[in-house]
Amino acid sequence: MSSYTITIGTIIVIQAIAVCGLNVIVGYAGQISLGHAAFFGIGAYTAAMLSTKAGLSFWTALPLVIAIGGFIGFLLGLPSIRVREDFLAITTIGINFIVEAVFRYVPFFGGALGIGGIPRIVFFGERLKGMTFLLLCLVFLFLVLLVCWWLTRCWASLACYAVRDEESAASTMGISHVRFKLLAFVIGTSMAALAGSLYAHYMQFINAGDFSFPVSVGFLSMLVLGGMGTIWGPVIGTLILGVLPEIFRPLVDYRILFYTLLLLLMIRFQPGGLLGEESAMRRVLAPILRRGKA
Amino acid sequence: MLLEVKDIHVAYGDIEAVCGVSFSLEKDELVSIIGANGAGKTSILNSIMGIFPPRKGSIIFKGRDITAMPAHQRARIGIRIVPERSRLFPRLTVYENLLTGVYGLRKKIPVDKRISWLYGMFPILKERRGQLANTLSGGEQQQLSIARALISDPELLLVDEVSMGLMPKLVEQVFGILKQLNEEHGLTILLVEQNAFASLNISTRGYVLETGTCALSGSAAELMDNPRVQEVYLGH
Repeated sequence: MSSYTITIGTIIVIQAIAVCGLNVIVGYAGQISLGHAAFFGIGAYTAAMLSTKAGLSFWTALPLVIAIGGFIGFLLGLPSIRVREDFLAITTIGINFIVEAVFRYVPFFGGALGIGGIPRIVFFGERLKGMTFLLLCLVFLFLVLLVCWWLTRCWASLACYAVRDEESAASTMGISHVRFKLLAFVIGTSMAALAGSLYAHYMQFINAGDFSFPVSVGFLSMLVLGGMGTIWGPVIGTLILGVLPEIFRPLVDYRILFYTLLLLLMIRFQPGGLLGEESAMRRVLAPILRRGKA
Repeated sequence: MLLEVKDIHVAYGDIEAVCGVSFSLEKDELVSIIGANGAGKTSILNSIMGIFPPRKGSIIFKGRDITAMPAHQRARIGIRIVPERSRLFPRLTVYENLLTGVYGLRKKIPVDKRISWLYGMFPILKERRGQLANTLSGGEQQQLSIARALISDPELLLVDEVSMGLMPKLVEQVFGILKQLNEEHGLTILLVEQNAFASLNISTRGYVLETGTCALSGSAAELMDNPRVQEVYLGH
């Protein structure tokens, strides 16, 4: 595999981890978030600070990064209890801008220059880059997918689905909507923080612009394209939106236009996403899958 | 006394929907609240369930003041509601909808036994158990909504306009089931209805609500004989 392919692949896998996290918030708990890049950024900055200033390794810093990501997700998830739908969307956009501005203007976070010199990840004495780093990311993606799969299987998912569709009816069933919304935010943002940490160690240099609002829109587009609330949707969506821009590189100026069109078309014709419950692709795949099981 | 509602006021902004209603329920009773549109019936049920808190007054369940308790905790101590228009979880199957009813219960419940009991009472739900709730007909949805509330073995069942949108034969069937639950299983039921005749017919007592205040109260037989009730609600 050429190093170009490996680079694209690595970025796609890292983004897929973040989009899986977004899926927990948007797909499972039904809370729209247009500020997911903020949590991706919080993970990246935490990892970068801990490795450059505190001298921790990726592995020792990782639990901290995930915990901090989850904790800030918890704090910023609190508004979701009070505001809903379009107001929540606007609130999360605001969060994204605030987080980005803090990174850009607070000198402690490197200001406009960003943070450079982030060390590579060392695994059993070997510095990971290229193919080995891609493998590491794939392992993490696999773990994240396992967590998502587990979430759809356990009690919490039934509660989350219930809260997503009928909040007050859920509360009359003994389900606290507060707890499950916050749980989804914490799990989702922890996943984004993990992705951010991988991103920081891969790029070795980060800057506030890497986590701006358009990145959030990108994440949401990937999720909507792939299918909200499905297991593989985030991966498929990220893969398609990660590969397409490379194929159509000459059209780079029209990327946002293309994203917009794609989102509109998806919402009009396949609102459940490519892998959603009633999507064309699922209809094609269903007989094959069923045969596989039998 | 299982439930005591003392002088509750419910208001939406400046508009008072319920202005000082008091009533009570003994264990094993089936009590109806009847009244026209906008009389405040649903508001009363929602404040008992905790979905919309009353502005004034208190609600006492089994001797405990629950006025400030959030809805999900009330569900755990044995209050369940069959809400207006069913309010199912549309993208869960019939079976999963039933399961949500057991959520968060402290006491142990033989879930499989309860479910087969409910399937016995509502055979159509067994037939449709794998179907998504939003593919059910109105009547089936109401039955599922009742079953979902019953699975937790509640002590107090609140039923909000269960007859709405059902064909007369189904209304009869659903009311029959409620009566049976009350008589054979000792379930305490508070029924809110526009269909005064059908609900008073199965009730022990009733209250008549008019624009947010309690206009009349008495045994079901007394209310059915009351000339005013006959004129306004029974169409005699």
